[in-house]
Amino acid sequence: MLRGVDLTVHAGEVVALFGDNGAGKSTLLRVCATLLRSHAGSATVAGFDVQADADAVRTQVAFLGHDTGLYDDLTARENIAFAATMLGAPHPAVAESLERVGLMRVADERVRGFSAGMRRRVALARVLLQRPRLLLLDEPYANLDAQGVALVNTVIRDALDAGSAALLVLHEVAPAAELLTRRARLVDGRIAEAA
Amino acid sequence: MTAPTAAPSIPATGRWPWFGAFALLSLIGAQALGLLTSPADRDMGHLQKIMYVHVPAAWMTFVAFFVVLVASLRYLMTREERHDLLAASAAEVGAVLNGLTLALGMIWGRPTWGVWWTWDARLTSTLVLFLIFVGYLALRGFVDERDRRAQWSAAVGILGAINVPIVYMSVKWWRTLHQLQSSPSTVDPVYVLSLRANAFAVLFVTIYFIRRRYEAACIARVAEWRREAFALGGTSGQ
Amino acid sequence: MTSGWPQALAIAAKDLRIERRSKAGFNSVVALGITILVLFGFALGPDAAALRDAAPGALWLAILFAAVLAFNRSYQVELDAGALDALLLYPAPRWTIYAGKLLANLAFVGLLIAIVVPVGIVLFQVTIPPRWPLLLLVVALGAFGIVTLGTFYAAMASRSRAREVLLPLLLFPMLIPVILASMEASKALLTADLMRAAGAWIRLLVGFDLVFLVATFLAFDHVIEG
Repeated sequence: MLRGVDLTVHAGEVVALFGDNGAGKSTLLRVCATLLRSHAGSATVAGFDVQADADAVRTQVAFLGHDTGLYDDLTARENIAFAATMLGAPHPAVAESLERVGLMRVADERVRGFSAGMRRRVALARVLLQRPRLLLLDEPYANLDAQGVALVNTVIRDALDAGSAALLVLHEVAPAAELLTRRARLVDGRIAEAA
Repeated sequence: MTAPTAAPSIPATGRWPWFGAFALLSLIGAQALGLLTSPADRDMGHLQKIMYVHVPAAWMTFVAFFVVLVASLRYLMTREERHDLLAASAAEVGAVLNGLTLALGMIWGRPTWGVWWTWDARLTSTLVLFLIFVGYLALRGFVDERDRRAQWSAAVGILGAINVPIVYMSVKWWRTLHQLQSSPSTVDPVYVLSLRANAFAVLFVTIYFIRRRYEAACIARVAEWRREAFALGGTSGQ
Repeated sequence: MTSGWPQALAIAAKDLRIERRSKAGFNSVVALGITILVLFGFALGPDAAALRDAAPGALWLAILFAAVLAFNRSYQVELDAGALDALLLYPAPRWTIYAGKLLANLAFVGLLIAIVVPVGIVLFQVTIPPRWPLLLLVVALGAFGIVTLGTFYAAMASRSRAREVLLPLLLFPMLIPVILASMEASKALLTADLMRAAGAWIRLLVGFDLVFLVATFLAFDHVIEG
């Protein structure tokens, strides 16, 4: 449950949300991604209201949650190709993004056999298909090795360079320390402190 | 997931108890009129008098489900919870009236046709309608999340209501093509006045029941809301 | 924004590809359909004339009972790894999801019918009437009605508690006009259609299919979110 969260993320910023389990971090992200409706209050992304202009907002955000949202019985390439069609992204982007997350070697294997870390990479490849104004990443470093962490940071940095912003949910500052421009702590659905 | 910042409100009881008393009295009056004034039927004798509950109950079933349709449409347009609660209340009352219609139809059918059940067009489509709205109420019971429950049951309620005439038509064709007798449908003018009086009386009772169920649903929602607010330990709960 | 059809087709193609790779699902559904036919045979037979009379009813119920298993499966694929969230996040309009699922389920049920119906014709000793193309039309219209509402209701039932019970509980009463019309039209066509009844039933099927195709497309936005 959220009550009175007041938070603005400007272009070029990376804001991290901290807080205990159930504080509402994921809820906040899901509201921004149009996956949850809020009953009161409002949120806008790139000038579009998440409720009234949900369709427009979806063209502006890239969201990566706890679940990777991959189909086990499809290969990594098929998963990304499906996402590309759904996003209207050009087809060469599929191989490119798989290349960037370092999965070309296993691109034609089914995701079913992949480790948690590999799945996160496939999901990252999907994020790379988009040119979002706002990146919403829920614990993006979970299950990733040092290389994976570096990869996430490159993805964020590239998005910043392209004029986007990022809102992350984190448990610890460490992996993103060099990137963060601001931190906020959610307690009981409110922003308790911002720095 | 995200809860409303304001508590849902409980509608005032106002003069509704008086309306309830009025509905009950008019029902007693209309029944007395029917039982005392109308002569015994040529074929059915006093059995005919079951009609004074059976027929109004059947009509009001449709009224109740029409309320479900309208309230569901309004919910989807406005997303105001009260329309959802009204639809739920009307569906509950409608299902009870529907069940009553079926039970009385069977009680009437046993001495008239010699069987408890016959695949008569109206009886059968009433049964199908009953099943459709049992599904509606089951859906409400099986979905815990408030918004989902409201949206889904609105969709199911609207589709169910759309299907009512189609069901009736298909069952009627099915019957006529098999060339079996249908139930007598003409009503002797002697009985019309009592029937009308009872129809209005049952309408008042229906309105009263829907209203009370609606109030109860609102109270249950407020209780749910307070529990939620309390569980989250916030001070914004009232 | 694009028209949405490439997305709908992508969803359908993806669903069918997944279904093809885990053949167990389709095969079991077909096996179940045939088993139901055999059970009806025991209930109604072994007299050949009685079997022939009951064939349309038995076949349509077997199709219905087997098809209903396909509908929840088609959303289960999305629920397994939280793929529904990803699907909802794509900027394509919501109806593309419904259209995609509908197309995939039509293919699935179409294939199911292509196997179960011939088996039923053999088991129930049905003689193919001269107007069999019309019979094919009846099968197509009936299946379309079943799949339309089945796909729609499964979007809800698959995400509720007790979904195994809830889907048929919601679906079967709603489908009574379709099942009735399909059975009666099939029966009329198989028995030389003395009363010219098939035409009326076919019109009812067309009407039902159109009404609920439009209604479900309009209502799907409200059902898939939340």
